Amino acid sequence: MNNPDLQRLAALRPALRLRAGLTAYIRAFFRERGFLEVDTPVRLATPALEEFIDAEPAGSGWLRTSPELHLKRLLAAGYDRLFQLGPCFRQGERGRLHQPEFAMLEWYRGGADYEAILADTRALVAGAAHTLLGRTVIERGGRPCDLAAAWDDWTVDAAFEQFAGLGVETVLAQGDGAFETRLVETIEPHLGHDRPAILRDYPLAFGALARRKPGRPDRAERWELYIAGIEIANAYSELTDAAEQRRRFLACAERRRREGRAVYPLDEPFLAALEAGLPPCGGIALGFDRLLLLLAGADRLDDVLPFPA
Amino acid sequence: MSNISVSELRKGAKVEIDGAPYLITDFDFCKPGKGQALYRCKLKNMINGSTMDKTWRSADKVDTPDLSNRDVTYSHVENDMYVFMDCETFDQLHIPAEVLGNQKYFLIENAECQILLHGEKPIEVTLPIFIEKRITHTEPGARGDTATNVTKPATLDNGWEIAVPLFVNEGDLVKIDTRTGQYSERVSKA
Repeated sequence: MNNPDLQRLAALRPALRLRAGLTAYIRAFFRERGFLEVDTPVRLATPALEEFIDAEPAGSGWLRTSPELHLKRLLAAGYDRLFQLGPCFRQGERGRLHQPEFAMLEWYRGGADYEAILADTRALVAGAAHTLLGRTVIERGGRPCDLAAAWDDWTVDAAFEQFAGLGVETVLAQGDGAFETRLVETIEPHLGHDRPAILRDYPLAFGALARRKPGRPDRAERWELYIAGIEIANAYSELTDAAEQRRRFLACAERRRREGRAVYPLDEPFLAALEAGLPPCGGIALGFDRLLLLLAGADRLDDVLPFPA
Repeated sequence: MSNISVSELRKGAKVEIDGAPYLITDFDFCKPGKGQALYRCKLKNMINGSTMDKTWRSADKVDTPDLSNRDVTYSHVENDMYVFMDCETFDQLHIPAEVLGNQKYFLIENAECQILLHGEKPIEVTLPIFIEKRITHTEPGARGDTATNVTKPATLDNGWEIAVPLFVNEGDLVKIDTRTGQYSERVSKA
């Protein structure tokens, strides 16, 4: 066989086996815990409005950037434990750890917040390694990381003080993009070595669909999971206030319009579900392909995907 | 000089920063914490070889350098300047020794080369991949030593020393890879 494409595909057998194992593990994990697996539409009438997430146009609508709004409609209808594993699409995202089409795992718990989701995530991640690799220590860049060790837990404020020597408000005042640049250059490289790390309680502007932290209205109840410096998952105590959600969507639409980005119509059925009453809930989006990459000990997504973009 | 959006950059692209041309040696898209997209790059200065890291936001614009290539032939050396002739205009271009580095030892009269110009300033000379040079001095190889990876020093007609296999003798014509400066094969015996 001297076709390089077929040679590459043949060599991916261990990664594909691991992927199939991870899928089966995740389904069993959630079934045991009483979660219902659902499928929501891939093509949407309108995607969620986020300032920096661009959807791929498809027919008269868009491909989903996340199943979040549909899953929340199901929660509002009384389903309290839901999960979904499937493809999502984001325009223009292509890098070592980004693909414009990628597999996302989302799950939601009614009557809970981001702490309950954190407990799920700890069990899921350490259990995946234990089940599929027979060990909980993975290695990346020559450094071991024990997924079963007690996870580090940083607030965004504490991490900026510790690693950048700066207050978050100071960085935010430095202008457009300053927070992200500092996060990538100065904070992220420290996160999740030896053991996974949580970075939590983001400035409100970085938690579009998260509720405000009680006692800290300028912070959103959101955490991100980092393993070996890689961002793996994003969790919220979900925003359930319909009026505030509408205000945030409208403000976001206005920012997108000013930046020359596509402005998507509001998802009125979703907002109507919030008005009818979304119970308190926690939810998470976890990058399935990135978790696979870590378990496989690979450096880039292209190394574990048979058909990268 | 024109400017382009950083989202159009790729590994291998060239940009201009503070008047110097840079080659992008590593390029990655990232998007931390649902924030705006960033492009993390490693850059190499095309004039002095120094490297640096740079993070751009997707909305940023970068300048592109004015680079052009000219096909030339090597003529001669004149007061520490290496003189090439433009194949189209027959103009003479004088290249300082520091632009050539060790490549100056592999120049042969009439060799077809390329000169990369930044504006009007020559910044890089590309030689033919292989050139042939005669060995002017080398000690005879020890008899019986047939290991293939054993080498000995040999001197070229311009005094530059390279490593050659033991079977190469004084007066032999050898082929040299100008990209690495290393011996490639023997062309003919003395």
